[in-house]
Amino acid sequence: MLVETIRLALRAIARNVMRSILTVLGVVIGVAAVIAMVTVGQGSSEQVTRDVAKLGTNVLMIRPGQNTMGPRSSVTSERPFDLGDVAQIIRDLPQVETASAAESRQMVAVFGNINHRTTVQGVGNAYLVATDWPVILGRSFLAGEEQAGRAVCILGQTVRETFFGAANPVGEKIRLKTMSCEVIGVLDSKGASSFGTDQDDTVMIPVRTFQRRIAGSTAVNMIYVAVREDVPTDLARSAIETLLRDMRRIDPGEEDDFNVIDMKQLATMLTGITDVLTGLLAAVAAVSLLVGGIGIMNIMLVSVTERTHEIGIRLAVGAQARQVLAQFLVEAIVLSLMGGILGIVLGLSLAAAAARFMAIPYTPDPLVVIGAFAFSAMVGVVFGYLPARRAARLNPIDALRHQ
Amino acid sequence: MMQDSPPLIALQGITRVYGQGEAEVRALDGVDLTIRTGEFVAIMGPSGSGKSTALNVIGCLDPPTSGRYLFNGVDVAGLDRDQRALLRRHYLGFVFQGFNLLPRATALENVELPLIYKGLSRAERHDRAMRALDQVGLSGRSHHDPSELSGGQQQRVAIARALAGAPDLILADEPTGNLDTHRSVEIMELLGQLRAKGGLTIVMVTHEDDMAAYADRIIWMVDGRIARDTPTARGKSHAG
Ligand SMILES: Nc1ncnc2c1ncn2[C@@H]1O[C@H](COP(=O)(O)OP(=O)(O)O)[C@@H](O)[C@H]1O
Ligand SMILES: [Mg+2]
Repeated sequence: MLVETIRLALRAIARNVMRSILTVLGVVIGVAAVIAMVTVGQGSSEQVTRDVAKLGTNVLMIRPGQNTMGPRSSVTSERPFDLGDVAQIIRDLPQVETASAAESRQMVAVFGNINHRTTVQGVGNAYLVATDWPVILGRSFLAGEEQAGRAVCILGQTVRETFFGAANPVGEKIRLKTMSCEVIGVLDSKGASSFGTDQDDTVMIPVRTFQRRIAGSTAVNMIYVAVREDVPTDLARSAIETLLRDMRRIDPGEEDDFNVIDMKQLATMLTGITDVLTGLLAAVAAVSLLVGGIGIMNIMLVSVTERTHEIGIRLAVGAQARQVLAQFLVEAIVLSLMGGILGIVLGLSLAAAAARFMAIPYTPDPLVVIGAFAFSAMVGVVFGYLPARRAARLNPIDALRHQ
Repeated sequence: MMQDSPPLIALQGITRVYGQGEAEVRALDGVDLTIRTGEFVAIMGPSGSGKSTALNVIGCLDPPTSGRYLFNGVDVAGLDRDQRALLRRHYLGFVFQGFNLLPRATALENVELPLIYKGLSRAERHDRAMRALDQVGLSGRSHHDPSELSGGQQQRVAIARALAGAPDLILADEPTGNLDTHRSVEIMELLGQLRAKGGLTIVMVTHEDDMAAYADRIIWMVDGRIARDTPTARGKSHAG
C-alpha cells in the first residue's frame, strides 16, 4: 500500500504541475536565502577572526591628538611626534620589542608609461616586523638606507603586478613625484583589510626619505609599536603613556594630547560589528524563509477547494480518510524534499560565489543547512497536510460539493 | 425464497434536514423504502423533491438526520467512517449527477480510481478499466482528460467508473441526462446485461419515462416523501 500511496502522490504532483512548481519554489527560496545569507555572514566573521589572529604580536598604534577614532580636526594643533620620539620609545621601554614611524600619502607612482595611484608609506623595517609582513623577493631596508633616507622602495603585490606583471622588479626604477626610486624588494600578499581596502596596493620607502622628499617635514603622525610577547599589552600601553606624557611635558590632571590604540581591541570591536552584520543577514534570511513559507501556504490554501473536491471523489469511491491523507502527506514531503535539496544546492552555490567575490572564507554550517531545510519542509508538510486533513473529515457529500 | 434473506436496502422513517430554523429544509421527510437484491428501481419526481438526497443517504455519503438504514441487514448508523468507506469500496458504484471526475486525470485514470482502493494490481486495474471504457464506447478516449471530452462522454466515463469495480449496487443520478437516445438505450441495455449476469441492484434517478421503463419499479417522490411506488410493465412480467 505504501508503494501505491507514493505512486498516487507522484501522479498528483505530475498532474498539478503549476501547484507543484510553486510549492517547490517556496521551499527553494526559503532554504537558499537562509543558507546563502547566514553562510556569507559567518564567512565575514571568520574573516575578521582570521585577521585578528594574523595580527600575531601585540601591536599598539600611537597618534597625536585626543580623539581615539574618527576624523581629526587639524593636525597642527596636535603636536606631532618626531623620529626622536620613536627612538626614545625603543630605547627607554623594555616592554617594547620594536617601533616604527608610519607616514602615508596617496600619490601617483609611475613606471614606463604606466601611472598608478597608490598609498606611499614611509616606514622602517620595524614596521614590517610589527605588522608581520615579510619581504618575499629582494630584501628589506638596510640600516644605512634608513639613516640616510635613500631613494629605495619595497613594492606591495598589487603595485608589483600593475607595473611588472610576473617579472622580477628588483633593480628597476619607479618614480614617485619627481623622485626616482630603486625597487629593492617585494612584500608578501596581505589581502584586503577588515575595512575592505587592498593592503597590497602600496609602495614602502624609508621614513626619512618620505619626510624629506615627499612630506617636506620631520613630523611623525603615526607610530607602530610591537610589544614584547611576554608583556601584557595593557602594561606596555600604560608604560608608553607615562613615557609620552613625560616627554611631552603634560601636567598631571591634564589630558593626553596623543592616543594609543590597541590593534587587538580594534579588531575585537570589528568582530562585534560583523556579528551584528551576521545577525542582520540572519534576520533578512528569516524573512525570506517566512516569505517562502507564506508562498507555500497560499498555494496550498488556494488549491483547497480543488483538493477538497478531489478528496470527496476519493472518499466516494471507497478511499478511507487515512489513505487519502497518506497520499497528501507523501505529496507534501516529496515536494518539500525536492525544494529543500534544490534550495541547499542553490544556497551553497550562492554562498560560495559570494565568498569568492568578497574574498572571505566559505564556511557552510551544517546546522544552518539542516535548520533551514527543516523549517521549509515543515511549512510545506504542515500546509500541504492540514487542509487535506480538514477535507478528509467532512462528509463525503460535503467534500464533493466544493467545486 | 428471497423473503428469507434481508433486503439489500431498508430505509425506515429516514429524514434528512438541512439548515436550521427559518432556513430549515426537509430534503427527506420520513422515507420508508425496501429494495431487494437484483431489483432495478427508478426514482422520479420533480426537481428538489429529494431524489439525489435519497441516493446519497443510500450510498452512505450523507448521514440521515433520523430514521434507520439497514444495508444487507446491517444498521449503517453503527458503522464508523472507515467502515462506511469499506462498504462503498466493496459494494457500491456511483454515477453522480455532476459526474465528479478528477479534472487532471485521464479517462482511464478516473475509471481506475475505485480499483486502486480495491487493491487490484496495476495490470488488472488497467484491464478492468479498459473493459469498462469499452463497454461505454470510450476505449478510444482513454487518455483524454475530462476537459477534452463532451458532457456525454464525461457521463460515460462516470458510468464506466461505476461499472469497473463490479459493484453489487449501482446508484446513478440521471445517468443518461447528457446522452442522446441512442446512447441512453445502449447504456440501459448494458445495465440490463450486467443485471442478467447476476445480483446487480440498480437505483437510478431519472426524468425520462423511456429510461424509467427499463426499471422493475418506479418510486415517485414529492417534497421528500414517497408519493407512489409502482411496478412497471417490465417489473410485472419479471414478477409473473
Ligand atoms: N447541502 C444542502 N444544503 C441545503 N439544502 C440542500 C442541500 N442539499 C439539498 N438541499 C435541498 O434539499 C432539497 C432536495 O434536494 P435534492 O435531493 O438535490 O433534490 P432532487 O435531486 O430531487 O432535485 C432541495 O430543496 C435542496 O435545495
Ligand atoms: Mg438531483
